[in-house]
Amino acid sequence: MDDAIVEPRPVDRTKLSVSDELSIEIANLNKWYGEFHVLKNIDLSVYKGERIVICGPSGSGKSTLIRCINALEEHQKGSISVNGVTLTSDLKKVDEVRREVGMVFQHFNLFPHLTILENCTLAPIWVRKMPKQEAEELAMQLLTRVKIPEQAHKYPGQLSGGQQQRVAIARALCMRPKVMLFDEPTSALDPEMIKEVLDTMIILAEEGMTMLCVTHEMGFARQVANRVIFMDRGQIVEQNEPEEFFHNPRNDRTKLFLSQILGH
Amino acid sequence: MAAAPPHVAYVAERFYDDEAPPPSTVGFTAWLRENLFSSPLNSALTVISVTLLALYLPGLFQWAVTHSVWNASSLRECRAIMDASFGEGVRGACWAVINERFMQLIYGFYPSALRWRPNIAFVLLLIAMIPVLFETMRSLLWIAGGGLAIKAATTVVSLAQGDGFGPLQSPTTYFMVGALVLAYFFGGREHRRKWLILSALFPVIAYFLLWGGAFGLDRVPSSRFGGFLLTMIIGVTGIAASLPIGIALALGRRSDMVFIRSISVMFIEFIRGVPLITLLFVASTLLNYFLPPGTEFDLILRVLIMVTLFASAYMAEVVRGGLAALPKGQYEAADAMGLTYWQSMRLIILPQALKISIPGIVNTFIGLFKDTTLVAVIGLLDPLGLTNPIRADSNWNGIVWELYGFIGFVFFLFCWGMSQYSMFLERKLRAGDRR
Ligand SMILES: Nc1ncnc2c1ncn2[C@@H]1O[C@H](COP(=O)(O)OP(=O)(O)O)[C@@H](O)[C@H]1O
Ligand SMILES: [Mg+2]
Repeated sequence: MDDAIVEPRPVDRTKLSVSDELSIEIANLNKWYGEFHVLKNIDLSVYKGERIVICGPSGSGKSTLIRCINALEEHQKGSISVNGVTLTSDLKKVDEVRREVGMVFQHFNLFPHLTILENCTLAPIWVRKMPKQEAEELAMQLLTRVKIPEQAHKYPGQLSGGQQQRVAIARALCMRPKVMLFDEPTSALDPEMIKEVLDTMIILAEEGMTMLCVTHEMGFARQVANRVIFMDRGQIVEQNEPEEFFHNPRNDRTKLFLSQILGH
Repeated sequence: MAAAPPHVAYVAERFYDDEAPPPSTVGFTAWLRENLFSSPLNSALTVISVTLLALYLPGLFQWAVTHSVWNASSLRECRAIMDASFGEGVRGACWAVINERFMQLIYGFYPSALRWRPNIAFVLLLIAMIPVLFETMRSLLWIAGGGLAIKAATTVVSLAQGDGFGPLQSPTTYFMVGALVLAYFFGGREHRRKWLILSALFPVIAYFLLWGGAFGLDRVPSSRFGGFLLTMIIGVTGIAASLPIGIALALGRRSDMVFIRSISVMFIEFIRGVPLITLLFVASTLLNYFLPPGTEFDLILRVLIMVTLFASAYMAEVVRGGLAALPKGQYEAADAMGLTYWQSMRLIILPQALKISIPGIVNTFIGLFKDTTLVAVIGLLDPLGLTNPIRADSNWNGIVWELYGFIGFVFFLFCWGMSQYSMFLERKLRAGDRR
């Protein structure tokens, strides 16, 4: 069972630092799908430079929570502010927030009709109004950082899953986001590709990126996270520093979940 | 680890050279076996098809080619010639009717002195289409070259008959030479945008060329329009206008805004639920009751609107199918990047959705093009509308197959061209984006 945990490369923890400036503030967030109460009284403050791992059983509302942060889902009660911008139904606010928040999806969601480079330059050109050449230089720089500059002129369908996910990360980074959201970025990948994606995420962490990451990669959580949040049935059940969270879980549901996922 | 049991261990003792495959698996015989005789059912179908072809093809060929008559002034004369040349009672195709009425079938009653105007409009249409359909203007070289070759051939015939250089000295010739030169020097990818400006202006240019009434061009009333000219006007307008309107309706139908959504749904469902003939009757008669008395509202224009709306409703459903087939993740990724609605539609969603919809879109185009013949029912003289006066002419009374066969053949050429283009486009797009 130990094989199930991918150990990413060691992290230089001295590079990881948390500022006391707020990045995301979620207060009393409630969301319903019709009658179904999917998020219940969520309170969460994220400071700049934090790396938060969110875990929990399937259907507990993890995706919904992070999708509320960039308004892919709208909430019915409570408030969410990102970098001081409070999300309302005003589309301007929504766009303002989305410009600063990058998102990486479980199924990559690259645009199959565009090359890797075009995937990366699209948002800078159209949203940031960056000149094409500058956008391409930036994209190449970020593709180099995720270690696939040589694939720039291929189409997504020609790349492996791990490469596609790294492109998706580079694509999000091209917008120079202040926050990155990851929704199970490795769960659609074959085991041998998980590590390359996790290593890419570690680079981001070391650069001081504020990250919210839904994942069950506990090796990554231990190494990188400064906080682990456990969600169940639409609410935050427990949160703690990784060490404490894994070795000293307090809630029974957390214990049960950890025993299932860690396999002891 | 335990040692492998002896019968599992193996080491190759020699290496084999490449050999040619057995003769029966390559070449013509293999092709025959794979394609025509792969199974008992396939073999039976092959035999039946070959038999049918052998039975009917020679007869058809005789009728259409060897026993046909091209020059005669009436069906009676045609038959007399056949009796005299091919034997008593032998019947072939009397293409003489097409020969005599060719210009009418093409232009209707458009004044013959002004027919260079639709000719140029047609050449312009081809030029305007190329930058839309292809990345370079290379195909214009072929089209203008081919057109000039036909011109040259007719000139040779004309010279042989002692009529001089007449056919070569027409505005169309100069025009094609000009197009050829321009396409040769400015036909590259980098000039596509400039050619597209021409495409955008084409409707206006074509309108003044065809109807006149400005720039010193004589006015030609709509009642003079007919034949394939009319087919092209209705077909091309319908095709060019129904795609954007259809896309707008499809997006409207998926919109979050209740008002826009309901309008789109009602429009689509209403138009799809009513036969085109009914809409055409509305255009030709009923509309007069609703318009203030004395308003001039051209019949062709009314028909254009109805045909376009009709095709748009179908187009909307085809495009909606494409939109629905896209994974939700594409919409979400576009949203998450901060693209606006219109940006994400234009850059992400529509290019993919339209690509999926190409077969359906071209299907709708082809249907529309053929449906233009329905205007005959409200008295417009499209090629089918012209068959009635031609057949009522005492000279050609009794002619059926030749007329409908010819019209059908021309329609087939156009529709086949569209279908070929759609397959070319699908191939090209598939090569670009391998999933
Ligand atoms: N669009 C939707 N409409 C209705 N219910 C939904 C929708 N999306 C998710 N849900 C439900 O909300 C719950 C939480 O979903 P989700 O946030 O995706 O869970 P997780 O990511 O933790 O697995 C699940 O029970 C799911 O079935
Ligand atoms: Mg999820």
